[in-house]
Amino acid sequence: MGLTGLFLISFLIVHVGVNSCIFVNDGGDTFNTAAHFMSHNWILRIMEIGLFAGLMIHIVQGLILWKQNNSARPVNYSVSAANQNSKWYSRSMGLLGTLLLFFLVIHVSKFFVDTKIALYGEGGINDASHNLYLEMKEEFQKWWIVLIYLLGVISLFWHLLHGFQSAFQTLGINHKKYTPVIKAIGIGYTIIVCILFALMPISFYLGWIN
Amino acid sequence: MEHYNMNLTLKVWKQKNSKTKGSFETYQVKDISSEMSFLEMFDVLNEKLITEGKDPIAFDHDCREGICGMCSMYIDGRAHGPWTRNTVCQLHMRAFKDGDTIVVEPWRSAAFPVIKDLMVNRDSFDRIMQAGGFISVNTGNAVDANSLPIDKKDADAALDAASCIGCGACVAACKNSSAMLFVSAKVSQLALLPQGQPERESRVLNMVAQMDKEGFGNCTNTYACEAECPKGISVANIARLNREYLIAGFTTEQ
Repeated sequence: MGLTGLFLISFLIVHVGVNSCIFVNDGGDTFNTAAHFMSHNWILRIMEIGLFAGLMIHIVQGLILWKQNNSARPVNYSVSAANQNSKWYSRSMGLLGTLLLFFLVIHVSKFFVDTKIALYGEGGINDASHNLYLEMKEEFQKWWIVLIYLLGVISLFWHLLHGFQSAFQTLGINHKKYTPVIKAIGIGYTIIVCILFALMPISFYLGWIN
Repeated sequence: MEHYNMNLTLKVWKQKNSKTKGSFETYQVKDISSEMSFLEMFDVLNEKLITEGKDPIAFDHDCREGICGMCSMYIDGRAHGPWTRNTVCQLHMRAFKDGDTIVVEPWRSAAFPVIKDLMVNRDSFDRIMQAGGFISVNTGNAVDANSLPIDKKDADAALDAASCIGCGACVAACKNSSAMLFVSAKVSQLALLPQGQPERESRVLNMVAQMDKEGFGNCTNTYACEAECPKGISVANIARLNREYLIAGFTTEQ
């Protein structure tokens, strides 16, 4: 869980980096160039398989954890004051992960599949006509799409807030000097990544980017 | 602290044995002194139940000074009650007010079956200890205590881990019923000291294997165990357990 989590965390850096190219505000030229590179470079395409494998393993591990932990307490407490000993988002990783999975299904079917159709469908490999920037711009004019994306980012925020520092603990790293640094980096990473992701649908919807 | 008496309503879990289903029963207790311990309050109630010819409430207790780890009550949704770094026997009634309703449940975990009422069977912890919580010592005269130099920091960390009393509050408080804090304290205590080195790898592998066999859940790092542990055992021990387990898993030839 920790290893695959850190792997997915490293992917998000690339993802948020490439998508932030929209903020250059040059009509999508920079972003489309980056997106074109991401979908055509063969090394990245192989890594893409690794990414999906990592995501699948992360999900399967989560399901195994959920099943085993669920059966470890057959009779539940009738009164629980769990808020006094732990954070709600640490206890709700399964729920947050499920919300993220739902979001990912919508997200991938919106943008990723379209890119692949453009890549392998009619017109062959040469898909200069596929403008991902324009597609983003159109999609994010719809308020319900913006809302779904913001809910996805909120789920991601709480998931990462626990997941980042938790991954290090799982891998056996808990140190007087370094753990506070890891926790601070985790919080910083979570805030920056989530704000950037949230700004994308908001900026298009409010017309901050043209 | 000012002394006062209180009347309380208790909702206590009653269960005949591990095979039957339990349920809550409500009791009224009167004139409880704020200077009593929580267990003494139960003693008063049980005396009354016995004179009335009713079935007294079964609960575990032994030393009543917070060092044996026998008492095990889940009070108002928290292991060992509302105070931190505290066992039930050291929980005083001044933690409550006149007219309070208190809900008392046993530790709930598949690995801790209920024996009766608030008593649970914690043999699973003993079996984990038997799987590897020991060291090899030569027979004969005891070795001079200072013949093995030990780093002060390691000695302190080992002693901190050794303060685990095995009460099971970590399992009770964990949303997954995980025994990782207990096992990590026992593994850490011995892995940090030179006496624990001969079985260092087999110990962690065997104890974790036994822990999984007993039906405890998995650790998801919510750290509820550390917050509820009466001895304040740190989750840094869980990281050490993970480290020991990873290294042993990669290097052992078994």
